[in-house]
Amino acid sequence: MKHPLFRFLARRLAVSVLLAVGVTLITFTLTNLVPGDPAAANLGQQALGNPAIVKQFREQNGLDKPLPVQYVTYLGHLVQGDLGESQQSHRPVDADLAEFVPATFELAGAALVLSLVVGVAFGVIAALRRDRLVDQFLRVTSLAGVSVPTFWLALLAFYFVFYRLRLAPGSGRLAPTMTPPPHVTGLYTVDAAMAGQWDVFAGAVGHLALPALVLAAYTIGLLTRFTRSAVLEVLGQDYVRAARAKGLPGRVVLLQYVLRAALVPIITVAGLAFGSLLSGTVLVESIFAWPGIGQYAYKSATNLDLPAVMGVGLVVGAIYVVVNLIVDVLYGVIDPRVRSTT
Amino acid sequence: MTILAIEGLTVELGGRPIIRGVDLALESGNVHGLAGESGSGKTMTGLAVLGLLPHGARTGGTISLGGTDLLSLSPKEMNRRRGSEIGMVFQDQSTSLHPMLSAGRQLTDHMRHHLGLDRRRARERAVELLGKVRIPDPEGAFDRYPHQFSGGMRQRIAIAIALACEPRVLIADEPTTALDVTVQAGILRLLRDLCDDLGLAVLLVTHDLGVMSAVADVISVMRDGRLVETGPRARVMRDPADPYTRELLDALPDRSTP
Repeated sequence: MKHPLFRFLARRLAVSVLLAVGVTLITFTLTNLVPGDPAAANLGQQALGNPAIVKQFREQNGLDKPLPVQYVTYLGHLVQGDLGESQQSHRPVDADLAEFVPATFELAGAALVLSLVVGVAFGVIAALRRDRLVDQFLRVTSLAGVSVPTFWLALLAFYFVFYRLRLAPGSGRLAPTMTPPPHVTGLYTVDAAMAGQWDVFAGAVGHLALPALVLAAYTIGLLTRFTRSAVLEVLGQDYVRAARAKGLPGRVVLLQYVLRAALVPIITVAGLAFGSLLSGTVLVESIFAWPGIGQYAYKSATNLDLPAVMGVGLVVGAIYVVVNLIVDVLYGVIDPRVRSTT
Repeated sequence: MTILAIEGLTVELGGRPIIRGVDLALESGNVHGLAGESGSGKTMTGLAVLGLLPHGARTGGTISLGGTDLLSLSPKEMNRRRGSEIGMVFQDQSTSLHPMLSAGRQLTDHMRHHLGLDRRRARERAVELLGKVRIPDPEGAFDRYPHQFSGGMRQRIAIAIALACEPRVLIADEPTTALDVTVQAGILRLLRDLCDDLGLAVLLVTHDLGVMSAVADVISVMRDGRLVETGPRARVMRDPADPYTRELLDALPDRSTP
């Protein structure tokens, strides 16, 4: 109990719970502020002409009550794990989410890992080779990564890599001829590896690679640029010169003195980048026919399927809260000053 | 006995001469003060000894440590001597320690690298060193982080780090400038005692002749990249040969009244 990191963690956790409640309020309010009538979107033309059916639809979905009452009812159900029923699929929203969230998590997670590994490595190389040819090349490449719109890149990649060059397998998470691995985590790559089905694993990785790379292009560019400037700033610090004066090998100075200090801004950006990865999934999933919450959110929104839209908002909000919590905890792990002062 | 001999040292940075021929001889057990205004090249002289000059600097002359010319060593060989044969203390203790690494970690990583000590032996030696530089509760101090120490204590830790691998030469670049006057005296006394006890050769770089007069055995004065005067402290302070040294001395507040 006395350990400062533990106290730090407890405080951050309490803040996260408050944040989560705030997320429910905001998603609920925003969803209901959207102009448009759910009845009009979900009932057919003929049914709309019949006031009795419209009234019944409103009563069934609680739409006839005042908003605050709707919110409290919603929260009450939420606490019991009930997210309502999708007006499109006529299934509980949590069942829909359980099906689609792992797919998105796999896609966004792979893109995040890819961005961190490649982006940080590129950034460090660019900083160490400042103003040389490698640096110039990486700076232009990363600028391109940040500037190119994701949907355009996705279309190009799909056309060239899949259609023209036949280098990537088709869209979706697996070839239609393959049976998905037994469900444990919902991540095909992990589940296949756990079941020892290496052909399925290879198929899942193959299907994942191109959309993940397209999705990661922006964040790789972003992380390269931030890592480069963070490392350059740290390289000029007195404590790096002092570490060199101790005669430590260059590798040790870089990994233990320079990177540790540079990690703080890198983690900040990585946390924010995860947000843009999640929003990027909407486009990438549509183009690569990836059955994730991006597609689900898009379909639900265009059909004004309010329970589904709120469910997606809630999941994305919760992911944000968790990512922020992770970022905060990492600050504390890396920097002892954060641990003792906050 | 001369340990470190600098002869005809020149440094050029971007085609501009920074140091134009400096000769210094550091003796073990002596504090050699190097004075001069900012921009005179005194800090660059210290950095040249460690081979830590800014990127693109060009050097000439020799810096000989126990018979080896440091300027002709490969980067790898130079790195082996840094920290182990020559230690350095920097001016600003608030920035020269890594804020995210514990005092103990920064005290032991180069010991383990240069001396090949295991974790436990390195810790023992570090705690002993912290005691030697008069840090209260050295055991507890080992696990604390730089922001948990005062400025004077941080500079003592920096000195302990510089001395951890028993170097023969210590370069102290303005080690007291960023500290309160009362703390300054303690650090200077510590440097003096360490120099006497360990037989260290200390190059004390400072712009402050007051600091110099308190501890230095020999004083050299630099101006525009050249030495204008070198001599025993008492002689230089009392009877400076160069008019520039006299100007510096006259600028000291407590010397204006004869």
